[in-house]
Amino acid sequence: MAQICGAEVDEEGFLVDLKDWNEDICKQMAQDDDVDLTDEHWDVINFLREYFEEYQIAPAVRVLTKAIAKRMGKDKGNSKYLYSLFPYGPGKQGCRFAGLPKPTGCI
Amino acid sequence: MATKKFMYLNRRSSFGTVYAIESLEVVLIAAAFEQDVSLAFMDDGVYQIVEGQETDGIGMKNFSKTFHALGDYDINKLYVSKESLEERGLSESDLMPLVYEDEDDDWEEKPSVKVVTNDELKAIMSEQDVCLSF
Repeated sequence: MAQICGAEVDEEGFLVDLKDWNEDICKQMAQDDDVDLTDEHWDVINFLREYFEEYQIAPAVRVLTKAIAKRMGKDKGNSKYLYSLFPYGPGKQGCRFAGLPKPTGCI
Repeated sequence: MATKKFMYLNRRSSFGTVYAIESLEVVLIAAAFEQDVSLAFMDDGVYQIVEGQETDGIGMKNFSKTFHALGDYDINKLYVSKESLEERGLSESDLMPLVYEDEDDDWEEKPSVKVVTNDELKAIMSEQDVCLSF
């Protein structure tokens, strides 16, 4: 099985054991995807981790967008902004960087 | 796509079988398709939304927390059988305070859980296009 910084990942690059997550793994995943992590990325990644801690699920993009709009304002809580940060999808790519499972219902 | 009324009927307790967690997964997937989704809890299913569940001792994911996210998914109709609660010595105050924010009422938090009699539940079920039992 593939590994990132010594942690096992599945065939789509999601962590097998969510407890393995750390910032170095996140940075390595971003580097592999040619994404330069900025504070804006970390805001979303941290938000996703908090959301998972509270609800035990990775939010659907629609729910994530709404929740970010509420927390950080409408200029950030829209899919255009979130896709500019995570070109492969705030759900799929964002959750992977954050060490979450693939969002339920995400195809 | 025309909206259909889907009801997910939960009749088993949270852990011990996969029915409860699988039901919740399917509910979340259905929500992504913007259908009219409601949940019903009867028999041992009422235990699924009892407050204060702790899973550390059995090494399972505490998915009861996920019920709090349902409001974000626009799922705000959770019907609980009054008779099933009473048979188990439970009342509404033993259940998790699940809420949703009403978009049409200045995002006011409103309760999602409604305790109904089995007769009322029967009437609600007969209005559904699809009823899935777990």
